[in-house]
Formats: sequence, structure tokens, C-alpha cells
Amino acid sequence: MQENITLVQYFKRYLKRCITGPWSLICGLSVSLKYFLSPWKIVTEQYPENKKTLRMHERYRGRLEMVEDEEGNNHCTACGMCERACPNASINVLPTKNIAGKKVLGRYVYHFASCTQCGLCVEACPFGAIVMSPAFEVATTEPSSLEMILNKKEGQG
Amino acid sequence: MYVPSVTHPIGDFVREWVPKLSAYLPEQLQSQTLDSIVAFLVNAVICIIAVCAVNIGSAPILIYMERKVCAHVQCRLGPMRLGWHGTLQTIADVIKMLFKEVYAPSGADKLMFYLAPLIVLIAPFMVAALIPFDKNLVVSDVSMGIPLIIAVNGFGVLGILLGGWSSNNKYSLLGALRSGAQMISYEISFAMILLFVVMISGSTNLMTITQSQAGTIADWFIFKIPVLGFIGFILFFISSTAEMNRAPFDIAEAEQELTGGYHTEYNGTPFAMFYLAEYIALVTNSALATTCFLGGFHAPCIGVAAVDNYLTMVPGVVWFFAKVFFMIWCYMMVRWTFVRPRVDQLMDFEWKFLLPVNLLLLGAGAAYIVISG
Repeated sequence: MQENITLVQYFKRYLKRCITGPWSLICGLSVSLKYFLSPWKIVTEQYPENKKTLRMHERYRGRLEMVEDEEGNNHCTACGMCERACPNASINVLPTKNIAGKKVLGRYVYHFASCTQCGLCVEACPFGAIVMSPAFEVATTEPSSLEMILNKKEGQG
Repeated sequence: MYVPSVTHPIGDFVREWVPKLSAYLPEQLQSQTLDSIVAFLVNAVICIIAVCAVNIGSAPILIYMERKVCAHVQCRLGPMRLGWHGTLQTIADVIKMLFKEVYAPSGADKLMFYLAPLIVLIAPFMVAALIPFDKNLVVSDVSMGIPLIIAVNGFGVLGILLGGWSSNNKYSLLGALRSGAQMISYEISFAMILLFVVMISGSTNLMTITQSQAGTIADWFIFKIPVLGFIGFILFFISSTAEMNRAPFDIAEAEQELTGGYHTEYNGTPFAMFYLAEYIALVTNSALATTCFLGGFHAPCIGVAAVDNYLTMVPGVVWFFAKVFFMIWCYMMVRWTFVRPRVDQLMDFEWKFLLPVNLLLLGAGAAYIVISG
């Protein structure tokens, strides 16, 4: 579609573009020059060499982990919210009864092989009992090691 | 018998040594003519080797430099593993490229297909022979240097068109035709800017052009003519980028649209030759920009005797290559910053903006010459 403009308007637009065009190019060049001259801003990690000093980003979602204190106690009440939140059934919360007859966590079974690290379980947990750990070297040749039980102790209820 | 003279320092060296060596020959073979012919041939061989060394040797350096500049602009590291900071990476790449099997697609015109990369290589090599690297360091000091460069640059289009056409591939054909249209259009403004330089310096010989910029930094053509020189330099920069088919004007190979354009079907050594031609063109175009606008091999003297003495102590070749690499760096920064225009925008830019501005610049240059006498 050719819009109808007068010759004066056409030349006004042409001249305006002659100014704004180069200015925007200079703005772009200044950004690349800034990055070129500041090598400390580089985000690439030299992975196998800097294994010892490598820090994972805070929001990285690796394997699912249970928050435990020094004695290995967790906050899980076996409510099963995480199990329901999980879109691909990677979590099985198996409750048991303690001596007082109260429902507590027996085994927290986590199928890492089918987990997509979406983090919905962590969001669903009302007690903050589980987190996504920053562990990223999770590849294995042993399939059975992908089925893991996260809790060391029974839940406190 | 006509024996062309040899002028540069290597020529002097050859002329001095050939008679000394020929003294060992049998008496009846020794003659003045034989000496001068041998001197000429030896000199020619040395010149060919020198041009090849500068061109082919600079390609791996430039590929490494391009990858590093690109990486740092994008907050990356670039090649780091092979050698110190990845310096051996390009050598490994070259070796890989050379050992690959060479084959042509079915239905391709074999002769044209293998001829195209050779033709593409001709232009940058011939331009490199004309560039004065130092006061005496120029392979052929022809008086019609700039018209010859404009003429020879046309070979690039021919090679690309041939390569695209003979590949029997629609992507290649499209890329080649787009590139042909682009290069023919931009050749006009390229030639006009060189004409502007010729007008200012009053000579088409590249050595004379360089010598007329002798003196301080203010005598370089980019600063010598107020404002016009700088505009001319920018216009030369734009049109030479388009001439080289480099981003942001890489319409010919527009990777996202044409999967490589005219060299889609090439692999192994022929592909390496296209790649090499691209980088040698980068060197020669930067050398041309240096010669025409940045004072060639002259040191950037600032007019203070104490500083200038130290600056002129450095050989001209070093200054020349420092300027060339600065220009190459500029081309690279532009490549990794700007986005590619569409084909119609590219043509609009040439015919509606560059060409009128070039004509105005030529007129203003003529006016400047008249006024300044």
C-alpha cells in the first residue's frame, strides 16, 4: 500500500531518517564497544577446568532435595501436595504411622528419570520441606540410581 | 632486449646477488642479459611468494580475530581450548577443511563449479599486488592503480554468479543473483569514492596518493579536507562492506534465508577458497581504506618533533599493518552489531542515499579544490 504524501512530506521524512538512522547505529555500536572493552562481564564458564570454583546460579533447578537439619530431621508432613502438583508423577510420598499413631512420612520416593525440574512441587509444598538443589552433574550410567529416597529419617509430623 | 626494472629493496638485493652467483658459471654462459633476466625472474618469484604469504597467512589470523571479537561483543570467550587462548584453533580448522572430500552435486556444471572459487580468489590477490606496504615495498607500482582496482574487483561478482549458477540449487542461484545485483550497485559508489580520492590527490597511482598524505596526522585525507574527508571515509566504509558481501550487507549468503547462498553446495577445499577470498578481500579493502584515507604507511605524526622522531623510527610496514588491523577491527565491530537490511532496503539505500550523497560529495570536493587552489 502506497500512502499518499506530498513531496515536502517525503523529503522531510527522508531527511529525518538521515539523522535518526545513523544515530541509532551509533547507539548500537557503543553497546558492542562497551561489551568488547569489558572482558570481566563475560558469562562463559570454562567448565571442566574451573570445577572447583564454579558457582551455580541461585535460581538453577537441579535435582530435588529435602531440607534437613544436622540430625537429618525434615519438615515433611506427608500431606502429598507435591505428589499432586507433579505433572509427570515423579514423586511418590509413602506415609506411615508413628508410635503415637499419627500419619508421618515413611519414604519420599523420587523418580529422577521422569522429573523435568519444573519446580512445581517446591512451589506447592506448604512447609518448605523440599528445594531444588544446585547440583548439575547428575548424569549417570546406572538407571537404578535415578530412583531415590530423599528422606533419611521418618517425618516428625 | 627489454628487461623490466625491479625497484623495491628485495629487488636491490636480488640485483646485487645474481651477478655474484653467476660468476660461478662457465665463462661462455656469463652475460649481462642473462643476469638481468635471472634477477627479474627471481624477483618475480619472491613477489609472488610475498603476496601469497601476506594473503594466505593473514586469513587464519583474521578468522581467529573475528571469532574473538565476535565472542567478546557477545559476552563470550570464543575459542579457548587449543593452544594459548585457542590460537591453534584456526590451524586445526584449516587442516580439517583441506582433508575433506571434494564433490559436486549431481546436475552441477562441473567445470564452472570448480572454476568459480578460483575466479573469486583472483580479485583480492591482484589488488594486494598493487598496495604500497612501504616506501619501496610494492609489487607493481602501476600508474593506473585505482582504475585497475575498480576493474579487478568485478571478478568477485563473476565468481559468485558462476558458483551460484553452476550449483544446480535454488538457494545458490537466489543468493548469487542477489549478490550480483548488490555488488554491481555498490560498485558505483565504491568507484565514486575512489574517484573523490583521485580528485583530491591528483593521481591514480596508489604510491603517489600515499605520498601526498605525508606529514602530520592532519595531512591524511580523512582529516585534510574538513568534514568531506570524514564523510568520504564513512561512505567508503559502507560501500566496501557491501562490496565484500560482509554483514550487515551479506545478502548473498543471508544464512537465515538462504542457508549459505552461493556457496551452499560447496565443501572442502573449494569452500575454503570462498572463505579465504572473503577474508583476503577484507585485508585488501582495509589496505585500500588505509592507503586512500589513513595515510598509508606514514606514521601518525602529531607535529611535535620529540614525539614524531620516535614514531618515524618504527618502519612503515608496521604502521601500515597497524592501521589495516584497526580497519579490520572496525569492519568486525560493524558486522557483529548491525542487522541485515532486506534486499529492497539495500537497493533503496544505494540508489536513494549513497549515490546522491556521493555525487554531492564529488561536487563539494571539486568546489574545495577550486577554493583552496
